[in-house]
Amino acid sequence: MTTAAATVALPRRVNPVEALRHTFTLAWRSLVQLKHNPLELLDLSIQPIMFVVLFTYVFGGAISGSTGDYLMFALPGIIVQNAIFASVTTGVGLNSDLTKGVFDRLRSLPIARSAPLAGRILADTVKQVWSIALILGLGVILGFRIHGGVQGVLGAFVLLLVFSLAVSWIAVLVGLLASEPEKVQIFAFVVVFPLTFTSNAFVPTDTMPGWLQKWVDINPVTILADAVRGLLSGGAAATYVVQSLLWAVAIAAVFAPIAVRAFKRRV
Amino acid sequence: MNEQTTHAIVAEGLIKRFGDTTALDGVDLAVRRGTVLGLLGPNGAGKTTAVRILATLLKPDAGRASVGGYDVVRDAHQVRRLIGLTGQYASVDETLTGIENLILIGRLLGLSRAEARGRGRELLAEFRLDDAANKPAKAYSGGMRRRLDLAASLVGRPQVLYLDEPTTGLDPRSRNEMWDIVRDLVSDGVTVLLTTQYLEEADLLAEEIVVIDHGRVIATGTPDELKSRVGAQTLAVRPKHAVDAPIVQSIVAQVAGRAPEAQGGLLTVPVTDPAVLPAVVRRLDEAEVPIGELALRGSSLDEVFLALTGHRAEDRTEDQNEPERIPA
Repeated sequence: MTTAAATVALPRRVNPVEALRHTFTLAWRSLVQLKHNPLELLDLSIQPIMFVVLFTYVFGGAISGSTGDYLMFALPGIIVQNAIFASVTTGVGLNSDLTKGVFDRLRSLPIARSAPLAGRILADTVKQVWSIALILGLGVILGFRIHGGVQGVLGAFVLLLVFSLAVSWIAVLVGLLASEPEKVQIFAFVVVFPLTFTSNAFVPTDTMPGWLQKWVDINPVTILADAVRGLLSGGAAATYVVQSLLWAVAIAAVFAPIAVRAFKRRV
Repeated sequence: MNEQTTHAIVAEGLIKRFGDTTALDGVDLAVRRGTVLGLLGPNGAGKTTAVRILATLLKPDAGRASVGGYDVVRDAHQVRRLIGLTGQYASVDETLTGIENLILIGRLLGLSRAEARGRGRELLAEFRLDDAANKPAKAYSGGMRRRLDLAASLVGRPQVLYLDEPTTGLDPRSRNEMWDIVRDLVSDGVTVLLTTQYLEEADLLAEEIVVIDHGRVIATGTPDELKSRVGAQTLAVRPKHAVDAPIVQSIVAQVAGRAPEAQGGLLTVPVTDPAVLPAVVRRLDEAEVPIGELALRGSSLDEVFLALTGHRAEDRTEDQNEPERIPA
């Protein structure tokens, strides 16, 4: 092959402003999907509503003596559980793009390599905000009292989003490695379900066996639930917030590099 | 003029391995600007791997390739500005509508919202998808879906278009529509690399055909050159009584000029001249050999392979050519 000057002069790379625009465009795409996939919107809305209503009225009296007291205890836990479940959807969506060929189409375009992933995470963050606001709003209607003020609420949102972002790296990794979207969902069920239930998200720990309490105390879900409780109720939160952030950093530090490497191998 | 200016795509010695399997084993390709190159081969021959490398989706283990003068590995970003990709694996988003898919790609390519919508509408109209513009892609029929996939790859007006098996699984009408679209694109100056399992498709669309098998190029030439080598059509004769096989075999060999292949009582031989058929009929009649089946049909990929390599394509593909049977 003879070497010759290229026939057209084209930019070599994507500049950061363009990369950001690609990310926003792809986030738009993920959100428009909701319009056509009412099931996903249902997943984002009905499921949290169901959890709040069922837990409050079915378990509330038995666990806390009254539904009102239980709501004060359990609503932050339900928010945390929902946020962790929701971050798994990042992996499901990513996997579906990979297996259905959408990802290859995007990769054949002259866009920032990070945009498909960043766009998805951005869209999922918007969905997170929606779910958290929905549960919190419903809780308030049913009798949950916020004593933490605007700062407390904002703090809880930010903390939940930061933690979810860290967890979504695990989801991204699973999404990149799984052969089909259903397997990502199975992962979510098998790992996330027990993880969130072996915490103090829904039930105070004192009736649990001692060995389980030991685990529950160090379970990051417990710590995050306590942090969100503290922030929303205006109680002691600082220690739990710091511990939650440390957990988030630790999860991200372990999984983000592995996930990014797996991602780059496919980009 | 050197290869870079006359050719839109140049690949040299491409090698790609996946674990123990060698998908590409030193493939050379050159596609002249504004022409169609047909990459012909059975499933698993390496066609898709070659396209994925040329579309910057895969890095070759060895060898190099350039598109529009840009190296597919080193200058991948520039290559992506020049290409459009349509294939089973480069899909539109099923959950979005036709127009949303095209707007998405237009926006990613830097068009304004209005421009992206305008370009999307233009393409949908061109591909007769305007009625389905607001339906999600998953509700499209097979033919519509392929047209949308193709429209999506044309948003950025690519100079080089990869069509990976664009008509596999389509009904004859949709296939004809797809062929018309490809012809229009080429008349607009687009360079096309088309992969196919159908000799007929490559023959109709391509100026040049490259036949690959087991990751190697086994033949290159214009459709006419290839057909004169392997026979565009196949003559198939089945004697009514198996005992007549040797006589039929010798008659066919004499008329067709080469020994027929026998498989389960059916004798087949590639032929270039259709006059062979009446000649064979006459000779068989003179020899008073009763015939169970006699047909002249377009050569299948299998037969092309047999003629070129002496073995059949290992991944058998269904033969799309309806035999023109004459009553025996």
